[in-house]
Amino acid sequence: MPKVKVDGIELEVPAGATVLQACELAGKEIPRFCYHERLSIAGNCRMCLVEVKPGPPKPQASCALPATEGQEIRTDSEMVKKAREGVMEFLLINHPLDCPICDQGGECDLQDQSVAYGRGASRYHEHKRAVTEKYMGPLIKTTMTRCIHCTRCVRFSEEVAGVDEIGALYRGETMQISTYLEKAAAHELSANVIDLCPVGALTSRPYAFEARPWELKKTLSIDVSDAIGSNIRLDSRGREVLRILPRVNDDVNEEWLSDRARYMVDGLTRRRLDKPWLRRDGKLVAATWAEAFEAVAKINPGSAVAVVAGDLVDCETMFAAKKLAGALGSTLLEGRQTGLAYDFSNMAAVNFNSTLAGIEDADAVLIVGSMIRDEAPLLNTRLRKAVKKGAKVFIVGPQWDPTYPATFLGDDLAVLGNLPADVSDAFGAAQKPAIIIGGAALGKGALGAGLAFAEQFNLVRDGWNGFNVVHMAAARMGGLMLGYAQKGGIADLVAAKPKMVISLGADEVDFTRFADSMIVHIGHHGDKAAHAADVILPAAAFSEKDGTYVNTEGRVQYAEKAVFAPGDAREDWTILRAMADALGVSVGFDSFEQLRAAMVAEVPALGVEGLVDYGALPAGGGKAEGLIAGYPIKDRYLTNAIARSSPTLQRCSAELLHGETFAEAAE
Amino acid sequence: MALQDKDRIFTNVYGFQPWNLAAARQRGDWDNTKALMQRGQDAIIEEIKASGLRGRGGAGFPTGMKWSFMPKESKDGRPSFLVINADESEPGSCKDREIIRHDPHKLIEGALIAGYAMRARAAYIYIRGEYIREAETLFAAVQEAYDAGLIGKNASGSGYDFDVFVHRGAGAYICGEETAMIESLEGKKGQPRLKPPFPAGAGLYGCPTTVNNVESIAVAPTILRRGASWFSSFGRENNKGTKLFQISGHVNRPCVVEEEMSIPFSELIEKHCGGIRGGKDNLLAVIPGGSSVPLVPAAEIWDAPMDFDGLRALGSGLGTAAVIVMDKSTDIVRAISRLSYFYKHESCGQCTPCREGTGWMWRVMERLRTGDAEVEEIDMLFNVTKQVEGHTICALGDAAAWPIQGLIKHFRPEIERRIAENVREAAE
Repeated sequence: MPKVKVDGIELEVPAGATVLQACELAGKEIPRFCYHERLSIAGNCRMCLVEVKPGPPKPQASCALPATEGQEIRTDSEMVKKAREGVMEFLLINHPLDCPICDQGGECDLQDQSVAYGRGASRYHEHKRAVTEKYMGPLIKTTMTRCIHCTRCVRFSEEVAGVDEIGALYRGETMQISTYLEKAAAHELSANVIDLCPVGALTSRPYAFEARPWELKKTLSIDVSDAIGSNIRLDSRGREVLRILPRVNDDVNEEWLSDRARYMVDGLTRRRLDKPWLRRDGKLVAATWAEAFEAVAKINPGSAVAVVAGDLVDCETMFAAKKLAGALGSTLLEGRQTGLAYDFSNMAAVNFNSTLAGIEDADAVLIVGSMIRDEAPLLNTRLRKAVKKGAKVFIVGPQWDPTYPATFLGDDLAVLGNLPADVSDAFGAAQKPAIIIGGAALGKGALGAGLAFAEQFNLVRDGWNGFNVVHMAAARMGGLMLGYAQKGGIADLVAAKPKMVISLGADEVDFTRFADSMIVHIGHHGDKAAHAADVILPAAAFSEKDGTYVNTEGRVQYAEKAVFAPGDAREDWTILRAMADALGVSVGFDSFEQLRAAMVAEVPALGVEGLVDYGALPAGGGKAEGLIAGYPIKDRYLTNAIARSSPTLQRCSAELLHGETFAEAAE
Repeated sequence: MALQDKDRIFTNVYGFQPWNLAAARQRGDWDNTKALMQRGQDAIIEEIKASGLRGRGGAGFPTGMKWSFMPKESKDGRPSFLVINADESEPGSCKDREIIRHDPHKLIEGALIAGYAMRARAAYIYIRGEYIREAETLFAAVQEAYDAGLIGKNASGSGYDFDVFVHRGAGAYICGEETAMIESLEGKKGQPRLKPPFPAGAGLYGCPTTVNNVESIAVAPTILRRGASWFSSFGRENNKGTKLFQISGHVNRPCVVEEEMSIPFSELIEKHCGGIRGGKDNLLAVIPGGSSVPLVPAAEIWDAPMDFDGLRALGSGLGTAAVIVMDKSTDIVRAISRLSYFYKHESCGQCTPCREGTGWMWRVMERLRTGDAEVEEIDMLFNVTKQVEGHTICALGDAAAWPIQGLIKHFRPEIERRIAENVREAAE
């Protein structure tokens, strides 16, 4: 714990802290461009210069200088002021100063810092540098003339995403940041460089010229595109959500967000179900709410009701539907739309017990049947960190590129019961061994074998639980907690031949299996389920309602409503409440608060933000066999109804996954 | 008293004899190298320290002290490396080239001894990309040394395993900066690293590394053979030894010559170069240490001792002892402007002041050259050089700033005259 003095303030800083961190601890703001907490230190912008004694008689880059005992740091001296002004001037001489037409305007580090630390006027009267446009794909809009060469984007791609896609070409004044051969940045986290860019060089292409930051209302929400539960901020203006940005949460998404989650946003305004529809003579026709509820009442299913929850729904919606089905006398609830039927009797066995932050400490990891980059992109960045710390990773399943060194053990699940010697040695020697079971393995019944593996290698030990299941649906953990699971999976629902099937945005279900049932679809997008539905009741997307979500590690999080649902669409719980009236039953709540209170009364864990304690891991058993033929996600950009409606993600899919080319319109 | 032939280290600097191993052995190289090594690692370093040898690459850091920073034993299994800087790209410098093409075995023997003294596993010689023939010679000489068992396993019969690798650069000046050289050796873009950590702690591939100039390494075996006291008998206190001076420009016979340190400028010029072109009075200015150091006007340089401290006292530096002599026919503003262009061209672009500042400085210099400027811009330019100097990761920013500062300091009237006359026709 070295003691330093910052502008006369004496303080102790943690060992290993930099001078910049010491200054921040002392409450001094240090301007910076290249420095970023989650990236390696480059020290190239030279904006964070401070005066340090003892040391050479020149200002030093505080971001790279370790704080040591007895240092005297000045951030307010004439030398520091001069140095900042100088660097600021250099940064601006070749910057186009086109703030009025720049999307970064209003949230630009360069703007803010030049106001705070720059000189009033420019002394540069030569020609400014101009840089030719670079193509970085459908998500990232480039204006490289604005680039200040901080290399945050380069470091992010290399260090966090693990792909060498962005780099610097040429040198000196002519140095340019580019993707190699101007190929599109094609990995699943590419758009994070937009947030990282301190200037307007990399901005969001779909969001170009949409809005100014000061016009936007900011709402805290939770991402539903995967089961990570990334913390996001919805920026909306009027009735439209214009963009999605990540929020900082070190336990969940740090400050990153997958491209899918970020660009789902323009799916929110397209293909929306904004009025009720009824199927008449095989065709869907628009209807009023009254007609729709009349149609529901006419089905009069009695207790022959089943509810299928989709991947995007919140706990409140599922609970309301459960109450409705219960009032009608049914417990046929299921959320695993594609037919998974693993044992859910002990929630600890289907949870990501190591936690997302905790998995970084694992030193041996076995991934069984999960293509993590598609299924949980932000889990892959954690695993990458673990590997950097020395973890060994083994993968059972078809080959994919994990961005870190990993050993593939083949497609055959039988390998779990017959591990090669080097794998069992690695797990035997590991301090914090972990297994991660993905959807493809759950589908083959590998859960028991995974639990047996956990027992064999003692994965649960003091302060460490290495047994993990990674889900793909934001609604999965909440659904399982609310009882949306049958022993035989959705096949049980089919076998029960219900008269009415309520679909809660269940777009992945094969409804041909319910050919004899009336299908009431409560959803927000005209996607697969809408095509099969007999009655469509338009509902709210995740951005249009308050809701509780539980992520794959059992973390309860709350999302807030940003905008109203379009047209006649209503929040899901109100629809279910009205259906109860139409069907002549009572569900026991009349307001959202009552609904939430009832839900918390039934499942108390949902009332507490944070990790749920599911208790001890059950004993495993059984052998896993069979080949993992493929992973469930075939197209990482189009995994849900909102994403499929998004023109941006459609284009990503076409261009980045299927190699279609798009002619660039001249701007 | 000038250096006598018997005290010359580089006895084949003019290439009158072959460079090969047999000839090198006749000149005394590789003569019982094993015995030198058997003195022990600490003794070698002490001897170099006692000799007062200061790094010949420009900064003049005491070589023996630099070697002593290397770890005495590897605590974590990491090997140590010696990197030899043969990326001689400084305008004016041409000494390493002469050593490599005419006396490469001095360098290779020095690499073995220095590497042994600092407990290095191998030496990497990073040779400038444009030195094509020199690289060919060096490759062949290293092969000769391997074939003769002088390096490699059980090098020179000493029981010490030592490899020498030659790596060719790709022509970037910045790769002569020690950490940029390490980056380049690792296969990355040649950009200087932040210090700390210093190379002696974490250098090439994260291992302890010392980067030395060719000349510093090549003189080491001779110092050990003839003793530290012999070497330190030349030159003034704190500026000991002999040095290769490279005199170019407006002298009658430009040359590379080994002389003792602290030799007066006048003696160096009169004795070895046949004097200034057009006589002493025709001298305008001298850049005494390669393009990076400020120029010194004729009046101040004439009697100055050519060593680190003597030239520092004049506000310049010895650098690599690349003496660029300019007589009164020189367009001094244009000359410095050309140097500014060089630094603009060679800036790596990593950190802001140098990337943006070198271009700015060059553009203003170009206008000052023709007089197409305001008088106030001279002060602005000086201010900009101060904004670059000392604010960058490596010393290239300083190197770009100093020549201009030297020009403004000594030739301001000339610049002002041009502005007053606005000689646009000089713009070609």
